Amino acid sequence: MKRSTISLACAALAAAGFPGSAAAQAKEQFVPANFYWVGPYAPGGSGIAGGMLDYFKMVNARDGGVNGVKFTWEKCETEYNNARGVECYERSKKKGPTGATLIHPLSTGITYSLIEKGTQDKIPIVSVGYGRTDAADGRVFPYVFPIITTYWSQNTAKIKYMGQLAGGMDKLKGKKIVNLYHGSAYGKETIPVLDAQAKIYGFQVTHIEVSHPGNEQQAQWLQIRQIKPDWVILRGWGVMNPTALKAAQRAGYPREKIIGVWWSGAEEDVIPAGDAAKGYIAAGFNVSGSNYPVVQDIQKHVYAKGQGEMEDKSRVGSIYYNRGVVFGILTVESVRKAQERYGKGQPMTGEQVRWGLENLNMDDAYLKKLGATGFMQKLKVSCADHEGGGQVKFQQWDGKQWKVITDWISSDQTIVRPMIEASAAQYAKEKGITPRDCSKEK
Amino acid sequence: MLYREAGQFKSTYAEDQQIFPIRQDRVAMVALLAVAFVLVPLMANQYWLSAILTPLLIFALAALGLNILTGYAGQLSLGTAAFMAVGAFMAYNFVLRMPWLGVIPSFVLAGLCAAAVGVVFGLPSLRIKGFYLAVATLACQFFVLWVIQRWGWITNNSASGVITAQKMEILGYAFDTPVTKYLLTLALVAAMALLAKNLMRSETGRAFMAVRDMDVAADVIGIRMMHTKLLAFAISSFYCGVAGAMYAFCYLGTVEPEAFNLDLSFRVLFMIIIGGVGSILGSFIGAAFITLLPILLSVLFAGISHLLGVEIPHAVISNLELIIFGSLIVFFLIVEPHGLARLWQIGKEKLRLWPFPH
Repeated sequence: MKRSTISLACAALAAAGFPGSAAAQAKEQFVPANFYWVGPYAPGGSGIAGGMLDYFKMVNARDGGVNGVKFTWEKCETEYNNARGVECYERSKKKGPTGATLIHPLSTGITYSLIEKGTQDKIPIVSVGYGRTDAADGRVFPYVFPIITTYWSQNTAKIKYMGQLAGGMDKLKGKKIVNLYHGSAYGKETIPVLDAQAKIYGFQVTHIEVSHPGNEQQAQWLQIRQIKPDWVILRGWGVMNPTALKAAQRAGYPREKIIGVWWSGAEEDVIPAGDAAKGYIAAGFNVSGSNYPVVQDIQKHVYAKGQGEMEDKSRVGSIYYNRGVVFGILTVESVRKAQERYGKGQPMTGEQVRWGLENLNMDDAYLKKLGATGFMQKLKVSCADHEGGGQVKFQQWDGKQWKVITDWISSDQTIVRPMIEASAAQYAKEKGITPRDCSKEK
Repeated sequence: MLYREAGQFKSTYAEDQQIFPIRQDRVAMVALLAVAFVLVPLMANQYWLSAILTPLLIFALAALGLNILTGYAGQLSLGTAAFMAVGAFMAYNFVLRMPWLGVIPSFVLAGLCAAAVGVVFGLPSLRIKGFYLAVATLACQFFVLWVIQRWGWITNNSASGVITAQKMEILGYAFDTPVTKYLLTLALVAAMALLAKNLMRSETGRAFMAVRDMDVAADVIGIRMMHTKLLAFAISSFYCGVAGAMYAFCYLGTVEPEAFNLDLSFRVLFMIIIGGVGSILGSFIGAAFITLLPILLSVLFAGISHLLGVEIPHAVISNLELIIFGSLIVFFLIVEPHGLARLWQIGKEKLRLWPFPH
């Protein structure tokens, strides 16, 4: 009697502790949500996480997933810390019936740490608009996708825009540009490409570092005031951005001449600076606004039922939120593409989704079907080109919202691509990797 | 009853002076090593090996280094992460520029470089003590990171300042799977822990403890201050340097200078405070505590939210972790300044008498 009660109790406990076994048979696509909701970069992290997870919820509710395969996820806090990011990755990579679909590290540092692990575990590392730029050469980095656009591409587009403002690329000769960058792997990435362009176009570039997290910038802006540059490129992240704008106001530097990167161009970056941010220009690969059909679908299917991720509903439609929706779109569409080849209605493995990512082709008609026309740019990823887009829009903060002031400006791949291939070739040599032959792949 | 040493007689000096004089302790140690070397690689899954056990061992080594300096020699130091950074980046450079050296000699040389840096920044210890010395080592922490970020040679002129550690190959055998990396880390840490224990039981260790307790008196009885204090810095930095090299090669695979910031120095300091200052076992306990607690909390709260059906925001869990760490440190400093290792020691003493009360 006693023994059977104990064994019954053990069985009950065991059954309670294994809820996942039933789910393993279900058709689910597991996506790790390893982002950060605390720390100096929390506004970006929480916004993007919210956008991506809301998009998954919307696809599950509106379409029943992709051909019946619903998306599931699990959150893990990485605190923008490499060790935590690696630990979250290790914890989440085997979850779900087919393992993790892909990983959005949302941190250049964590991307670097995961490149080798993801390649070994066959899980794609998708670094949308950040990460290791030379991974755009898919022959050396088959599992890393700096999709939509990379830092170097954005930088050339920015210089092109400055050329536009100056009245022609030849007018850039003799101009002074300051590169104010965040003291991290992310911040330092564009130094070589700026130096290369300085040689080509004849402008003078000064690189000034702001140590992480960027609360103290007095010294840097005094230095900028002495240099009197024609433009300042603000390559910040998190709290560094509003601090820079306020310091610029104190130093008397006009904000119209500050051009930020896309990780410095969101509402969370300018609203804390208040009046100091008016006139500031920033780049972006997605726009803000909730008038797009895809965002309205999220409002209808997710927020109307009270299941939205964002506690502050006014953040729906902000830049970071929409960027998260773009992350979600990329994830869902790469799964859809993978299913076309490997079996419709089946959960896809990381290896299969890698093929899906590599063969993504989102033209105007495709974007219209998604309800994302104007929301994000056209995309064509290939084996050799893991970037796929390379276009940037510039927007200006008028005190209340971001107004887009240019059309899509493409990057200068004649400068960027050779640098990418050279850097990737050096990596391949160091690691003993033989680059793939794209013509042989299907 | 179980832990009595009745019937265990020592007939030689060697038997009397061994690290574990009681047979039960020796048996337990052998069992622990057998589990760690044999059972764990066979049974543990990859997550446990690469995300929990390997960093635990690496931080235990760094905590050991800091314990030698702060716990045994009494020199408060906040530059632990800087020494780890020196070890990591110099190991990368040695393997890059002198590949014929091999991995283990590169680690040793990197440790020696870290020891050299430690000696340089330990010079203020000859004049200042305690809190003021902590500030001097804080300068070391910032200066070393500043140099690494500015000096292109040290990162092989990488654009982003991130270095990717090379594959480890010893005598033709590659150490690139989680199991082999774990075993290499375990072997190195076990060897260096044994070395540290014996060092602290020797004349050097006694000199360190004399300097810690009352350095004027130590000076009076003939212990050379400069020699002893700088030796403490050198040995401690060597340990931290090797820990840093293993952090880069066996754990993360890529390192950027920001990974070795002040936050990490404080983390290692908390490890030895909670684990136990002046105790080798304390370094391991503290490292286990600090490494495992965030993961435990996150899993626990995931379980609670699963059970209750309520979603606890992740921000709350992360901030709760900081609150718990802070309160634990305050608790330990008030209730048991010698940390968990002292609690373990008290437990063992009581076990000697059990089941009798006295």
